[in-house]
Amino acid sequence: MDKQTQQRYDRMYPRPQGHTALPPGTAAPDFKLRSTPDQLVQLSDFRGQPVVLAFYPADWSPVCGDQMALYNEILPEFQNLGAGVLGISVDGAWCHAAFARDRKLHFPLLADFEPKGEVAKNYGVYRKGEGVSERALFVIDAEGNIHWSYVSPIGVNPGAAGILSALEDLQNKEKEKMEEKKEEVAK
Amino acid sequence: MRTFEENFEPAALAVPVSKRDHIQGPYDASLTLVEYGDYECPVCGAAYPQVKAVQSVMGDRLRFVFRNFPLANIHPHAEHAAEAAEAAGEQGRYWEMHDVLYENQDALEDEDIAKYALDLGLDARRLIREVETGAHRDRIREDFRSGIRSGVNGTPTFFVNGLRHNGPWDAESLVASLVEGAVAPA
Repeated sequence: MDKQTQQRYDRMYPRPQGHTALPPGTAAPDFKLRSTPDQLVQLSDFRGQPVVLAFYPADWSPVCGDQMALYNEILPEFQNLGAGVLGISVDGAWCHAAFARDRKLHFPLLADFEPKGEVAKNYGVYRKGEGVSERALFVIDAEGNIHWSYVSPIGVNPGAAGILSALEDLQNKEKEKMEEKKEEVAK
Repeated sequence: MRTFEENFEPAALAVPVSKRDHIQGPYDASLTLVEYGDYECPVCGAAYPQVKAVQSVMGDRLRFVFRNFPLANIHPHAEHAAEAAEAAGEQGRYWEMHDVLYENQDALEDEDIAKYALDLGLDARRLIREVETGAHRDRIREDFRSGIRSGVNGTPTFFVNGLRHNGPWDAESLVASLVEGAVAPA
């Protein structure tokens, strides 16, 4: 990010926040949110596959754009690992629709709009004074538990390396389980 | 719970520079600058002359490597432009095409690419065929994947002697970072 953007970020989101994000091992709070003006997405519908939940402060702000654009390009890799991807911010569904169209996003953006930021609060990543969520990543396993979480400084695109490692980790665990089962059956 | 501050490790190049890469400068140069870039990204376009300036200052002490990181959804010409550079590379003229593309970022249609190929004296028909069939798609995807693993989160992203360069990328800053690394290797 260039210096000017960084300064604008610092002005908008001045206070460093204590991290209260839900830790790994916690059950991921379920939610049902609008992704478009006529579509709802429920987390529990993804049971049986891992989900990448990417909280970001706002549509249209420069870094978020980059971050969502990046996940858009990486989508095939996420899908190869069997994962669903959901972006989530406090923006409304119409705003998300325009943003997704502009950036040609191929995954849903969820509107944590009413009551505002409720899902972000449930995950411990709401910035109260500023009314937006942290830039926070959660990888949720097939059983609906948080496997990995990460909070990035709000102006820094956290990239995807951490998400991919977490998803691979899950895949390996899944394989181990399958092998154990096979062994049991063999016995 | 891991936070950025608690868990900060400088991102490092996951796939080291090898003969597979497009390299400008001596292969065994003591300093290495790697760029992950997109031919249609305007910010990469702004970085292009900066890299040239770095190369002219550093001379033979530096090898410069370019890897593809096309954000094809927001830059509809980026994929074909990357294919064009790779296809020109097949005919031994990678860097010439690389330069032409960055110097003409507002003209990256297939017809433009065909014209650049002709201007460079390449077999334009072969080049366009390779571009259209995505002959180098796997290689470009390989670059992209290695970028993700290395912590590339946008374009351009630079790596100085194997570590991600997080600061500004004007020529002066890049040179300073390269030279600093040479004094105290990580």
